[in-house]
Amino acid sequence: MGNMDVQGKEMLVRSGTKGRVLDLFFSRGTKICAFLVLIIILAIMLALFIGAWPALKKFGFSFITSTKWNPVTEEFGALISIYGTLVTSIIAMLIGVPVSFGIAIFITELCPRWLKQPIATSIELLAAIPSIIYGMWGLFVFAPFFADHIEPWISATLGNSPIIGPLFSGPPLGIGVLTAGIILGIMVIPFMASVFRDLFEVVPPVLKESAYGIGATTWEVIKKIVLPYTKVGVVGGIMLGLGRALGETMAVTFVIGNADRLEKSLLMPGNTISSSLANQFTEAVGEIYTSSLIALGLILFFLTFLVLAFAKYLLMRLTLKEGVRT
Amino acid sequence: MSNLKNINVHLYQRRRVLNYTILTLSILTTIFGLFWLIWLLITLFGHGFQYLDLSVFTKPTPPPGATDGGLANAIVGSLIITFMGILIGAPVGVMAGTFLSEYALRSKVAPLIRFVNDVLLSAPSIILGVFVYEVVVVPMGHFSGWAGSLALALIALPIIVRTTEDMLKLVPNTMREAACALGAPRWKVTVAIVYKAAKAGILTGILLAVARISGETAPLLFTALNNQFWTTSLNQPVANLPVVIFQFAMSPYEEWQQLAWAGALLITISVLVLNIIVRTFLRTK
Repeated sequence: MGNMDVQGKEMLVRSGTKGRVLDLFFSRGTKICAFLVLIIILAIMLALFIGAWPALKKFGFSFITSTKWNPVTEEFGALISIYGTLVTSIIAMLIGVPVSFGIAIFITELCPRWLKQPIATSIELLAAIPSIIYGMWGLFVFAPFFADHIEPWISATLGNSPIIGPLFSGPPLGIGVLTAGIILGIMVIPFMASVFRDLFEVVPPVLKESAYGIGATTWEVIKKIVLPYTKVGVVGGIMLGLGRALGETMAVTFVIGNADRLEKSLLMPGNTISSSLANQFTEAVGEIYTSSLIALGLILFFLTFLVLAFAKYLLMRLTLKEGVRT
Repeated sequence: MSNLKNINVHLYQRRRVLNYTILTLSILTTIFGLFWLIWLLITLFGHGFQYLDLSVFTKPTPPPGATDGGLANAIVGSLIITFMGILIGAPVGVMAGTFLSEYALRSKVAPLIRFVNDVLLSAPSIILGVFVYEVVVVPMGHFSGWAGSLALALIALPIIVRTTEDMLKLVPNTMREAACALGAPRWKVTVAIVYKAAKAGILTGILLAVARISGETAPLLFTALNNQFWTTSLNQPVANLPVVIFQFAMSPYEEWQQLAWAGALLITISVLVLNIIVRTFLRTK
C-alpha cells in the first residue's frame, strides 16, 4: 500500500516536471512568435531606412520638395509621387465616404429585412476582390468609357470655370490622376461601407427606439443618435479607408499613366508612390535610383503608419466607451 | 391657435421632406455603389469566360505573338507560392495569436503587439515586397519563389494572428478552468481544449488569409517576379497568376490580354468561392 503510494507520487512528480518543461516550451514558443510580429515591423523600418539612406544623404530634405525625377541625370525628388498619392486618395475619399455612408444607412435603417443579408454579404464579398481586378477593369473598360463620354464633358464645362478650371482641362486621355482616384474610390466603397455598417449596428436599439418614440424621423435618428454615438468610430473608419487608398498599388498602377511630371490638370497622367515603385523598381539601375525608390517607400510607410495609428486610437476610444456603457 | 397649428404643420412637413430627401439619397448611393461593382463583375465574366478553355489549364504561358498558350505554369506557381506562404505564416500566426489570447493577460507588451499587428495588417503590401526584396532577394542575388512566399507570409501573418486571438477569446473560460482543475498542464489545456473548441474559427482565419494572398500582386513583383517556363524549384523566379495578369494586361498583344482576362476571372472566382466557404463554415458553427 505504502509502496504504491510512493510509486504513484513519483509518477505524478515525473509527469509534473515533464508537463512543466513542455509548458515552458509552449509559453516561450508562443511568446517568441508574438514578438516576431514586433521584430518584423522594426525590421521593415530599419530595412527601408538603410535602403533609403544613400538617396536621403545625397538629396537631403530637398528630396521631399523636389519635382525632378530623372533616372538619366540621377536626380530624384518625391514631390510628384507624394502629390499623386495624396490627390488620388483625396478624390477616392470624396467619392468613397459619402457613398459608403449612404450604403451603411441603407443597410442598417432602411433596407427590408429579407434584403439586408444579401446586400451586406455581397458588399463584403466585393471588398475581397483583389485590387488587380479593379485595375484591369479600369484600364480596359472604365478608362475608354471615361475618355469617350465623361472627360470631354468635364473639360467643356468644369474646364472653363474660373478658379478650378486648370484642374479639369486637357485632352480626354482616359488614363490619368482623376481616373485613378475614381477607381480607388470605387475600390474603397465596399471596405468602408462594411466598416460603417458594423459601427452603426453597435448603437443600442433602446436609444434609437426612444428617439423614434418621441417622433423623430429616420434622418433625425441618424443625425442625433447614431452619428454622435459612433462619431469617433466613423472617423476611425474613414482613416482606415484612407490608409488603404494611400497604399493601394495595382488598381492605381494600371490607370494612372506612369508619368513623372507634375501636371496641373487632373486629367493628365501622373504617378503615385506605389505606382512608381511597381513600375520602376525592378528596372531601376544604379544605387541612387533604387535607393530613391526605397526612400519613396519609406515615406509611404510613415504616411500610412500615421494614418493607421490615428485610426486605431480613435477606434480604441470607441470600444472603451462601449465597455463602460454595457 | 390656428396660427400655431399652421407653424407646426409647416415644420412637420419640412422635417418629412428633409427625411425623404436624405433617405432617397441613401438609396441612390447604394444603387451607385452597387452599379460600379456589378458593372465590373459583368465585364469580368463577359471577357473572361470566352477565353477560359481547357488550354488555359494545360499549356504554359506563350511567348509574345504566339497564338496558342495557357496559364498552366502560372496557376501551378501561384498554388505553390501561396501554399508555402501559408505554411510559413500560419504556424507563427496561430502561436502569436495564442500568446495574445492565453498568456498575455497581464502582459504589458501585448497591447503594443496588437497595435503593431494591426499596422502590419494594413501596411501597403508593396512595402512588404520592397522589404523582402532587400532582405532576401539582394543577399541571394536573384528573384525567387521563396522570396515571394515569404512576402505573402508577411501578409497572411497579421490576419491569422488577429483571427486566432479573436476566436480563442470566444472559448468560455469555464472550459479552461475545468481542464486545469483536472490537473492538465497549461499547454495541454490550450492544445487539447481551447484549440479543439476554436478549431473552426482558426481554420476560418487561415482560409481568409489564403483568399487575401491569392490575389496579391504588388509584393510579388519584386520577389517571385515571373517565369515564362515551368518551374517547381522555389529557388528561381516562379510564374504566378497575379504578375502574369499584370504583365499580359499591360502588353500590346491581344492573345496576352485575353489570357489576362481569363486569369483575372480565375482569381476572382477562387477568392469569392473561398470567402463563401468561410461564411457558410462560420454560420454552421
